Amino acid sequence: MHQRVLAASVGIAALALALTVVLLAQVPAAAQAPKAATPAATKPAPATKAAPAAKAWTVPRTPEGVPDLQGYWTNNSYTPLERPNGVTKEFYTLEELRQVEKKNAEREEEQTTPGTVADVHYDFTQFGLDRSQTRLADNLRTSVITNPENGKLPPVTPEGQKRAADRAAERKKQGAQYDQVQNIPIGSRCVWMNAGPPMMPPGYNPAYQIVQSPGYVTILVEMLHETRVIPTDGRPHAPAGVRSWMGDPKGHWEGDTLVVETTNFNDKVAFRGASENMKVTERFTRTSDDAIRYEFTVDDPSTWERAWKGEMPFVKIGGPIFEHACNEGNYGIANTLAGARKEEKKAAEEAAKKISTK
Amino acid sequence: MRARFLGPMMIAAAALLEAAPAPPQAPAQAPAYRAPRTKDGKPNLNGIWQAVNEANWDLEGHGAAPGPFWQLGAEFSVPPGMGIVEGGPIPYKPEALQKRKANFANRMNLDPEIKCYLPGVPRAMYMPYPFQIVQSTDPIMMVFEYAGAVRTVYMKKQPAPADSWMGWSNGRWEGETLVIDTTDFNDLSWFDRSGNFHSDALHVVERITALAPNHLNYEATIEDPKVFTRPWKISMPLYRRIEKNAQVLEFKCVEFAEDFIYGALRKVPLK
Repeated sequence: MHQRVLAASVGIAALALALTVVLLAQVPAAAQAPKAATPAATKPAPATKAAPAAKAWTVPRTPEGVPDLQGYWTNNSYTPLERPNGVTKEFYTLEELRQVEKKNAEREEEQTTPGTVADVHYDFTQFGLDRSQTRLADNLRTSVITNPENGKLPPVTPEGQKRAADRAAERKKQGAQYDQVQNIPIGSRCVWMNAGPPMMPPGYNPAYQIVQSPGYVTILVEMLHETRVIPTDGRPHAPAGVRSWMGDPKGHWEGDTLVVETTNFNDKVAFRGASENMKVTERFTRTSDDAIRYEFTVDDPSTWERAWKGEMPFVKIGGPIFEHACNEGNYGIANTLAGARKEEKKAAEEAAKKISTK
Repeated sequence: MRARFLGPMMIAAAALLEAAPAPPQAPAQAPAYRAPRTKDGKPNLNGIWQAVNEANWDLEGHGAAPGPFWQLGAEFSVPPGMGIVEGGPIPYKPEALQKRKANFANRMNLDPEIKCYLPGVPRAMYMPYPFQIVQSTDPIMMVFEYAGAVRTVYMKKQPAPADSWMGWSNGRWEGETLVIDTTDFNDLSWFDRSGNFHSDALHVVERITALAPNHLNYEATIEDPKVFTRPWKISMPLYRRIEKNAQVLEFKCVEFAEDFIYGALRKVPLK
């Protein structure tokens, strides 16, 4: 929303990527579009397709004998991280879910209305920038968060509150959003999007490919061609000084579940306000030919009073995944900054004119 | 000497024939080495690999040269290299050679590496960073440290949906050798920091063969009728990163390139 208005005021066609950020579930406040108005879209394993309590189904295995998670997957979903205000139950009925999906899809489609600002730069349908064009990973849950049971993030610790205030103050010192590229949200800058962890669904391009080789599970994330190469050989985490956006993932198998523990985040990820000490534990369990259950725990005692958990399904889609070269074609950043400079110049000229005519 | 070598080589050759019923197109290096096999019986190329040469500065042989900014002193100067182009200089068409020279003259503005752009192929293979081969039956992926670039090599041939930076790679096994045929490139990547370039007609055929447990032989035939008078070839070894804790780490360089790309558009100019 915010982005669209800004783009208009700058008087240029802003980039698609700005919209990405609006759509991204993990982006704080701004991203949480109309919260109460748009109930979470989730959806269950649809009774229709999802293997009807498969009798004979057994977990497929790789040549090495571990569960086979390979293939193309999506977690495409309207389900918000936190339960919307006004929703008190944990699950929707399938009928309610379809309503929620419909409402969300309509909201996204509004952006294709001819003559509107949002429609100026993109044809959502043409470029696949709305979720309804990809299979939805049905999830009946009203929030991704399963614990706390109210579907909301736990209370933030005093230390976490102070950090949030410090970060906000620091951002403010850097000036307005279009003063310099560094002030623009990282998603728009093609630095970090939805690879996580935790791997939250993006606003578009919600595709993943899992490839397994001996001792590794590798997840290619379509957005930003991010690749998580996860060793499962029991090696320790990288030294504390080795920090990164996606962190240092180390995996192991617990029965038929892939458990991935990620640490060593940098202090810029700040997922939902987290510190660099955040630890994310993910659990991938193949539940049918068509689905993987994805559960995660976010543990950062310096930010939240307790660890919190989430869950969502990944379901099968067709491939292949095409190269998402983001930085290479990020004309929107240059255009937006140039527009802002132009507007400043114009304002300065007008101010000067006023003075001279006085 | 000769007699001692012959025995093992014959055994290896016999093993090779046994393993590869389809007559392998004798790779140029004719390796007597038989790589360990994956569970599905293919040469196991899994691992973290890295070129140890100076091709990223210039594919062709070159002497040492100063770096771009005097402030950097000896750091970031150009290390000398013997080059990895087989059989003489790169066979540019005359007009393409002019462009290559112009590229070189303006390399500090034009080299896609400066902007953290995807490196293309074969450049990704010899940049001074490690990459990992993730070999399943199909596909085989290559995950590069530089810019988080990635290639997916389809072992069941798939058509390219469109042009891209890294091209579209279809692979096949020829005995001990992984052969990768890559097409559908855009015309934006370079081969090195010296302005060696290609067009969107680029066609790269790579042959990757294990030479020993910790060495691969890499060769690539580069064909681009818009730019070169004939196909030409590069070759080099790739070395396994044998450190126990070797890992392809995250090197997201976009952040480091942003002021290069957008700095002129800052409200408050850079000092």
